[in-house]
Amino acid sequence: MKKLFTLCALAALSATGASAQMLINGAGATFPQQIYTKWFSEYQKVDPSVSFNYQGIGSGGGQKQILAETVDFGASDGPMSDENLAKAPRQLWHIPTVAGAVAVSYNLEGNPQLNLDGPTLAGIFLGTITKWNDPAIAALNADAKLPDVDIVVVHRSDGSGTSFIFTDYLSHVSPDWKSKVGKGVSVSWPVGLGGKGNAGVAGQVKQTPGAIGYVELAYAHQNKLPFANMKNAAGIFITPTVDSVTAALASATIPDDFRFSMVNAPGTTAYPIAGTTWLLVYAEQKDHAKGEKLVQFLKWAYANGEQLAPSLDYAPLPDAVLKRALERVQSIKY
Amino acid sequence: MSQASTTSELLPEPGSRAPDIAFKWLASLAAMTIVVLIVLVGWQLYAGSRMSIAKFGAGFLWSQEWDPVQDKYGALPFIFGTLVSSLLALLIAVPLGVATALFLTELAPMKLRQPIIMAIEMLAAVPSVIFGLWGIFILIPWLRDHLFVWLKHTLGFLPLFQGPIYGVSMLAAGIIIAIMILPIITSISREILRSVPNLQREAAYALGATRWEVLKIAVLSYARRGLFGAAILGLGRALGETMAVTMVIGNRPQIAASLFAPGYTLASVIANEFAEATSDLYLNSLFELGLVLLAVTICVNILAQIMLKSMTGSGPIKVN
Repeated sequence: MKKLFTLCALAALSATGASAQMLINGAGATFPQQIYTKWFSEYQKVDPSVSFNYQGIGSGGGQKQILAETVDFGASDGPMSDENLAKAPRQLWHIPTVAGAVAVSYNLEGNPQLNLDGPTLAGIFLGTITKWNDPAIAALNADAKLPDVDIVVVHRSDGSGTSFIFTDYLSHVSPDWKSKVGKGVSVSWPVGLGGKGNAGVAGQVKQTPGAIGYVELAYAHQNKLPFANMKNAAGIFITPTVDSVTAALASATIPDDFRFSMVNAPGTTAYPIAGTTWLLVYAEQKDHAKGEKLVQFLKWAYANGEQLAPSLDYAPLPDAVLKRALERVQSIKY
Repeated sequence: MSQASTTSELLPEPGSRAPDIAFKWLASLAAMTIVVLIVLVGWQLYAGSRMSIAKFGAGFLWSQEWDPVQDKYGALPFIFGTLVSSLLALLIAVPLGVATALFLTELAPMKLRQPIIMAIEMLAAVPSVIFGLWGIFILIPWLRDHLFVWLKHTLGFLPLFQGPIYGVSMLAAGIIIAIMILPIITSISREILRSVPNLQREAAYALGATRWEVLKIAVLSYARRGLFGAAILGLGRALGETMAVTMVIGNRPQIAASLFAPGYTLASVIANEFAEATSDLYLNSLFELGLVLLAVTICVNILAQIMLKSMTGSGPIKVN
């Protein structure tokens, strides 16, 4: 019995010994989870004295937890609303990390390469365009053979940053969408079926002839789904790629607080349905040691982490944005 | 001698009722914990949904709107979806489960019984998300291309089987839930049928009844209440089923007459939207959906208890 007790005590001691390594906790968006996990594991090699723990609980949860200060940083796919930001006890910064595109995927016989534009896409998701051989679609795709088949719309059923970017885009290009539906992580969809997660949407699109849906670009690439070229603000049809997203970021107007939308960006090579994702970090860190490590990590992420992004189908920030964001990181006090 | 000493060691001092009293308290405490838990859950859900209760009042229950952008919320399509999908599941699973249990206790050769029981118990161990994935990739395409087409062709004159076929639908959800509650209904029905005294069967046989008549008048009528109870336990599981349902129901908050149309359930919408809900009213409304689900479950159970009471007791069979 006594032996057992000593063993327990020893185990407890060694456990506290191991936790001398600092643990920084974060929680939030699921969309950037892959790249963040990659960063944390790479950074572990650079600075073994600190380890990061990230919980992909969703942007809503990330915002709530950083507001309650139960984590050291939050993460969100959508910028925080003024209402929520006002609840922060101190200045809370949005730190952009990477960007991603939303690809419009479809299931048509013969897999024709489609071109679409904003108003047509909005019409399809509003339920005003119901057939694949509708003149609006045919006008954009003179070469493709479009069947007389009903369009089956598939959207995300779970609240997600992907839906936010997609509905943000539709709100920008269609006044009808803006007034009837609007933008958000979940909206009241006029038509269509809801699939859970990228996998749910892709699964239903793959299974249903005549279906159209939207998924993260990374997901579309990895699962070899067909996706449409989208007409951008300059009137050019653009394929969603990491480069065309970075181009969109470079031409987007970015305000001082980094709460920006980059959909329908004006650049000629910009893909229009794209959005960025943010870390949420307090401008004044309570814990000196943790704050210092967090800032060091963010600097490392901008210097070395960004280049890891394309391999995981995330778009890195363009240099101009990177420079501004780095200044913001350097202004964090600890 | 030795026997007497063991007995006296086992028994407490004469007159000491301490162990009895301690056990009574312990058991009551355990029983109370469950009541307290339910009350706490209910209270927490109420506390979390105060804002939406104040804003929408009772209208929350019959409003059909669910629009997070406009911050307008109503629960009716979700209540409808939860009840309809669960009832469909019961309609499919109860006859199937009771028939399986009858086969296992009365008809199957001894050699076959154990393997079938094992298979059913294995079905109970399959996680919900696996059923969902199987539903998306195997069940749905088959339903869409074969069963639903056939139903529409033969029963299409009923409003239940009209409209476009997507595959994902209320009926698909009912079928998935039915598969998931089949093990519990079968296992309990089997136990109940096994508890029917053999005297019942023998008496019926002695009267010259055929096998079917024995099952009908001696076994099933004797076990009726117990089988109803098995269905209720299955219903309890069906109401709260989440993951697999959300993967096949289509997640569309609407009330449609057709079983081919997509629907939505209370549990699914909470699971889907809770993680990304940011506005207070939105979160409150999701909490209120949880409260509604709790209330629906309790109401359905109370209703079932009343129906159970009104059933005639499981007395000896009457021979006219």
